[in-house]
Amino acid sequence: MSDKIEKVSIIVSKGSLEAIYPGLIMANGARAEGIEANLFFTFFGLDAVHKARHEHIKLATVGNPGLHLATWAGGFPGISSVMTQYMAHKMEKLDIPSIPEFIEMIADTGAGLYACKASVDLFGLEKDDLIEQVQGIITVGEFYDQAAGGQIIFT
Amino acid sequence: MPTATYADTPVPVNDEGFFTDPGLWTEEMAPQIAREAGIAELTDQHWQVIKHMRHEYAEKGTGPTVRALGRTSGVTIKQLYQLFPKGPAKLAAKIAGIPKPRGCI
Repeated sequence: MSDKIEKVSIIVSKGSLEAIYPGLIMANGARAEGIEANLFFTFFGLDAVHKARHEHIKLATVGNPGLHLATWAGGFPGISSVMTQYMAHKMEKLDIPSIPEFIEMIADTGAGLYACKASVDLFGLEKDDLIEQVQGIITVGEFYDQAAGGQIIFT
Repeated sequence: MPTATYADTPVPVNDEGFFTDPGLWTEEMAPQIAREAGIAELTDQHWQVIKHMRHEYAEKGTGPTVRALGRTSGVTIKQLYQLFPKGPAKLAAKIAGIPKPRGCI
């Protein structure tokens, strides 16, 4: 048995900027190494593949001690938008793609993109609400079938 | 340090098989490196990417990542993965005799 990773299935379960990027970077990086990769979007992570929302993913400024910002300040109206813009500016300088562009790129690498059925039902969404790169709305059982033989990463 | 022999010339490579001295690479070596990496035949489009890797390395001292390749090589990301299924930047760098590009995106 090879000790190299051949396949990964990455679950994106949260809808904030800092929660979505790591999963995308890991999926893209896996493909760049020739590793098979699937992305599974569940719960608020669905926003990353939601047509109307994926351009408006924001940094969490409340309950995020890593930001070193007082909680009351983080809750101020507009702070999340300002911090998100600041982050987007820094990322652009480093040539890190926006979330919509990144997801399109990851789909082009041949990675599979899937939405979680329970979450889609919970939020009252349809296939049409999601970007075209999403290959299917699947159950948790189908996810485990897809993930068979590889590593599962939950973010 | 391991040595590989391409086009009857021994060249030093690192543990992953990447050239440690890109100056020793010649075009005649590329088809053999490609075969060992699982690419049976190099098409014109493969060559377009390989030459671009050499060019970028000569200019910047490092090879481009897949994202950069998609933007600058004239080959789309989708096509890049069809040409080099086991990782475009990584494989093209290996075949082009340059170090593995480092970058997270």
